[in-house]
Amino acid sequence: MPSSQLLSLTEDLTIYHALEQKNSLLDALANADELELDLLQVSEIDTAGLQLLLLLKKEAQRAGKRISIVAHSQSVRNVIDFCNLAAELGDPLLIPAAEAS
Amino acid sequence: MDELTSVYIQESREQLAEMEAGLLRLEQNPDDHDNINGIFRAAHTIKGGAGVVECSFIVTFTHLVENLLDSLRNGDIAVSAPLATLLLECCDHMGSLVDVLAAQLPEPADDAMARGNALTVRLKDILHTDKGQKTAANGATASGASLTVHDEVGEVESSGGGVVNTDSWHISVRFGRDVLRGGMDPLSFIRYLGSLGEIIGIETIADAIPAAAEMDPESCYLGFEIRLQTKASKADIENVFNFVSDECELRILPPHSNVADYIRLIKELPEDSMRLGEMLVRSGALTQTEVDQGLLTQHVSAATAQVSDQPLPPLGEILVENKVVHKELVEAAIAKQTQVGEKKAHDAQLVRVHADKLDQLIDLVGELVIAGASANLLAQKSKNGDLAEATSVLSRLVESIRDSALQLRMVQIGDTFTRFNRVVRDVSKDLGKEIELVISGAETELDKTVVEKIGDPLMHLVRNSLDHGIEPVAVRLERGKPACGRVSLNAFHDSGIIVIQVSDDGGGLNRERIRAKAIERELIQPGDTLTDKEMINLIFEPGFSTVEKVSNLSGRGVGMDVVRRNIQSLRGTVEVTSSEGQGSTFTIRLPLTLAIIDGFLVGIEKASYVIPLDSVVECIEHKNLTGDRNFLNLRGEALPFVRLREMFETEGEVPARESIVVVQFAGHRAGIVVDQLMGEFQTVIKPLGRMFANLRGIGGSTILGSGEVALILDVAALVKIVTRKEEERLLPNKNATSFSSLASTSSALQSGR
Repeated sequence: MPSSQLLSLTEDLTIYHALEQKNSLLDALANADELELDLLQVSEIDTAGLQLLLLLKKEAQRAGKRISIVAHSQSVRNVIDFCNLAAELGDPLLIPAAEAS
Repeated sequence: MDELTSVYIQESREQLAEMEAGLLRLEQNPDDHDNINGIFRAAHTIKGGAGVVECSFIVTFTHLVENLLDSLRNGDIAVSAPLATLLLECCDHMGSLVDVLAAQLPEPADDAMARGNALTVRLKDILHTDKGQKTAANGATASGASLTVHDEVGEVESSGGGVVNTDSWHISVRFGRDVLRGGMDPLSFIRYLGSLGEIIGIETIADAIPAAAEMDPESCYLGFEIRLQTKASKADIENVFNFVSDECELRILPPHSNVADYIRLIKELPEDSMRLGEMLVRSGALTQTEVDQGLLTQHVSAATAQVSDQPLPPLGEILVENKVVHKELVEAAIAKQTQVGEKKAHDAQLVRVHADKLDQLIDLVGELVIAGASANLLAQKSKNGDLAEATSVLSRLVESIRDSALQLRMVQIGDTFTRFNRVVRDVSKDLGKEIELVISGAETELDKTVVEKIGDPLMHLVRNSLDHGIEPVAVRLERGKPACGRVSLNAFHDSGIIVIQVSDDGGGLNRERIRAKAIERELIQPGDTLTDKEMINLIFEPGFSTVEKVSNLSGRGVGMDVVRRNIQSLRGTVEVTSSEGQGSTFTIRLPLTLAIIDGFLVGIEKASYVIPLDSVVECIEHKNLTGDRNFLNLRGEALPFVRLREMFETEGEVPARESIVVVQFAGHRAGIVVDQLMGEFQTVIKPLGRMFANLRGIGGSTILGSGEVALILDVAALVKIVTRKEEERLLPNKNATSFSSLASTSSALQSGR
């Protein structure tokens, strides 16, 4: 049965929480066929956090699951834009060219 | 000045205009995120371009402005009126810096420097408080956050044009596993890199992330491919990564590196070459073909058997087939690129042409019209029906070409109008009035030269409306009007001319005061009866100003007469209508173009002259005039005249019958004595060469259908010459300062000379 799950992150995606977040995110992915991530309340994200998102994406693809980020906070969006990862992590809604034009 | 610089200057001025318009909108809609982005992009493009033309003073100043705008964009600072004013001042200052660059000075003058420094201090103040707040809120991690973020850079550079990407550094960095544990954030290094110059493309390489089980979230697996445009040296770039130099692989390719160097870089790096190749293409370092060729050997071994015997498909396709990249990823990237492409295509619909080339084209079209006319003449003479038909088709085409060529010079008046937004904003603040500007008909087109010259008179009229037209708020409320005054600018076409109106809903013109003033200035006699229209149009007479209190805005000793004179020099007219208590409307009428006029052809001996038809009042027979008197009695009025024959020293007998063309300019009339009247003629005005720049009385030349040259008379100058000459001759002791030289001539006459 395909089950879709929404996960809202409330803590900052930084190195300080990376270890526990890795586990909780991977658990969430394991328990769902489709995982939706809500990052609206993530006020800080660093390289470790970015890595986690990329890892999650990779894992989902390996397992044939879908993962999508449904909401971005301003700082998450800034980092994703800055690193030019909108194609990977923007999840179609947020492509910077569309916003800028 | 090299071409790059001049293109930069032109583009910066456009960007500045956009920025100013954006800032003005910002005050009304502080939450319009698109608008703030637009302002940021404009500033960013100016800075980026300044870096390319190596103009450091613009880069330094604009960088600060950009930082402030970035904080604004991120919502760190709220929009406020003082902030908008500061940004507008910064915008002005950037404009003057661009002027400095245009004047090819090494650095701004002292006063501009001082202004720049003052603004810098204010900008830093705001930024500093902002940074302080952030640091307090977010602790140690804030260090990177206040630096400028360059996310839309790639798109800005490609759509802005003029800025080339090929002369940028390529930096390839793979961070070591322990960087994060060492308490360092790779992103902040890269953000800091952005402070050296412009990051114009960045690709994140995440291929090194292992499967979930082995992945240690506290290790760093990321790498970046970065395109950086900077004047910094290689050592400077390396210094950025100093803290992590032991723990990262850093490769730097200087600008203009060979393709081979890039290929070597690709091969050296641990990731899949195909994917890297695509990344480099996307970040703008290489073109697709270069990568395809460079990777050909690599490709054969890497590609699976199914594609190896086919011609090379696009890289992206192979990547998808080989499951290197997932389809959705490529599609998202393509969607993004298409959007950029569409924007580019939209920009490409405009072609920038040098004004000289356009003038040359109009010139040639003028020749074509003339040549066409003479061909037509010959064809009609030959009585050959087919030939006549062919030439008539030809002349119709020539006319269409003429019309479209003239159309090329047409620009929309909107840009001139929007300039006044700023004026209205500033002036209303100064005056403490609330005034809004309403613009309509901004898309109305008129000749470029006319647009350029109409700016000053319009400015004067608008300021006049702001200052004298709109009443103070208290008075407005008392009169039952809304507190916010309204000044509107309107333009429309009306049978071959363009009409521009400046209207306000202010107090209107006070007839009694105008009358009193006119009598005081001896413009009219107390007993004179004037129509309402004549009365209010008296304000255009020289030396007329009804306002007792002179403000620094419009009462600068320049009266409405200057406005009228400027407009008349464009062969236009201006008049005012007003209803007291309701407001006034100034209406300017202008010809669409200065290149072609309706002329009146006259002849002396064999030479032909053209008098602009608008200035011709009437033609009268010239008889029984004694030789030395240069005025005649025209229905009870003294009319000074000039004999063109004498003026141009034409030889030959004076014919028995001469004619006088009565012309009018700026309320003065004069007669021009000619041999023959030859009727109306569509005249293509050709300017005279520089040699004749000091010639008085001749405005230009044209070529007749017969191939002869006809001179166009400058009526304004002629009238002046005639009236002055008469005055000097009759009143050698009196300075010609009175309102009407005609009036003085006639009074001198009556006194019996």
